Amino acid sequence: MKLWNKLMCYSRRHSPWLFHMNAGSCNGCDIELVASLTPRYDAEQLGVRLEGSPRHADILCITGPVTHNAVNAIKTVYDQVCGPKAVVAIGSCPATTNVFIDSRTLDGPLNKHIPVDVFVPGCPPRPDAIIQGVAKAAAILAERGMNPPVTDLAIAAVSAEVRP
Amino acid sequence: MNLTTALARLLIFPGLLFAVPAAWFFLWVERKAVALMQGRVGPPFMQPFYDFIKLLGKSTPPRSGVSGLLMKAWPLIAVSSAAGAVGLLPVLPSSGGFQGDLILLLALLELPSMCIIAAGFSSRSIFGEIGSAREAVLSVAYNVVFLLAIVSIAASQHTFSLEALAVLPASPLRWLGILAILVCLPAKLHLNPFSLPNAEQEIYSGPMVEYAGPELAMWELSHGLEWVAATGLVATLAAPHITLVWLAALVFVGFMLAIVLMLSTLASATARLAIDTTVRFYWQCTLIFAVLAISSALFMRFRS
Repeated sequence: MKLWNKLMCYSRRHSPWLFHMNAGSCNGCDIELVASLTPRYDAEQLGVRLEGSPRHADILCITGPVTHNAVNAIKTVYDQVCGPKAVVAIGSCPATTNVFIDSRTLDGPLNKHIPVDVFVPGCPPRPDAIIQGVAKAAAILAERGMNPPVTDLAIAAVSAEVRP
Repeated sequence: MNLTTALARLLIFPGLLFAVPAAWFFLWVERKAVALMQGRVGPPFMQPFYDFIKLLGKSTPPRSGVSGLLMKAWPLIAVSSAAGAVGLLPVLPSSGGFQGDLILLLALLELPSMCIIAAGFSSRSIFGEIGSAREAVLSVAYNVVFLLAIVSIAASQHTFSLEALAVLPASPLRWLGILAILVCLPAKLHLNPFSLPNAEQEIYSGPMVEYAGPELAMWELSHGLEWVAATGLVATLAAPHITLVWLAALVFVGFMLAIVLMLSTLASATARLAIDTTVRFYWQCTLIFAVLAISSALFMRFRS
């Protein structure tokens, strides 16, 4: 049983499947997320796969400063992802609503609505930082297993110490 | 003796003990070949195994009623029929026991795609239904060619028995049939020019859209086993007859690997076609080919 748990933990860390969701993003972070799967960065070396259905995914990647229209969609999609799951907020927008702060069309930041595990700051963040964030989220997910996520706001922030 | 060899064939080689790791290996080869064609490094060797284990450890959404039960049943039926198809392959010559023929193998190979159609419709998702409809249209299109090719092979060699076909030397007509089967394989395995039912960009992976956790793991496994069974069928027909057991097995696996590499290279080099183009391709271009094969086979049969 112990061996099985170890194997499960290892497998979870090595096969993060992503579902990408746009919550009113300007498309900058979306492009960077896709760029992290291209030959130059090749996130598939870590077992990352971009899935079409939230049911298949382990990690929910959300970009954009949560707009009023997106709130219900975010909650629905978050519930559709089967556990164990983790959430990565990509870009400065879901973390702080960025330059759109105090806009009357927004209902952000993201962790008001769902528990976020990893923030990847940047406008947009570099693909290296996104991959690092996903890897960190996979490690959190593997450690946590089936336990519910902690709703603490200050969980893990990815330092964007990536040289240009 | 007969029972033990039959069981050994079903459970060890080329049955489950060989087929499941081979399925994971072929899934890895498929992804790695695509990655190499795109100039990437690609997933690590154990990736499909990790994916499988991880999916086993995920929860599934609550489902109730008959459709929930059916949704649980389809992937299991698909896996068991694909595993049965692999177990039928006559890799080890004259092993005795239960000898299935080509018709049973075809039926078992067809069952996973039937399950996919049913699964899409019982998931009640609009994307699943579109995917299932596409799968149904696709399977009608390629199966005509596929079945005609198999019938022409059987008619030219006067037998439907897999053992006999593996032992008999290949005639030129059989090569024509093997070529027709190879043309059908990308559609049967949902590979890229014909990957319509599981198109992840347009219809969110189609019939699989509502599946999660262990059920999705079973679908992945059945896809891998389909790889093994379909390439194994071609290897059975194409590989030369060798009496040495280990050499026969080695040649068999080598043939399978070559076909997997060929098909994945094709998949990474092409883009997805629309459904009408695909159907037209099978009905117009390759049907002529298959009709030619079967008519010449029948003609030769009446002459001899």
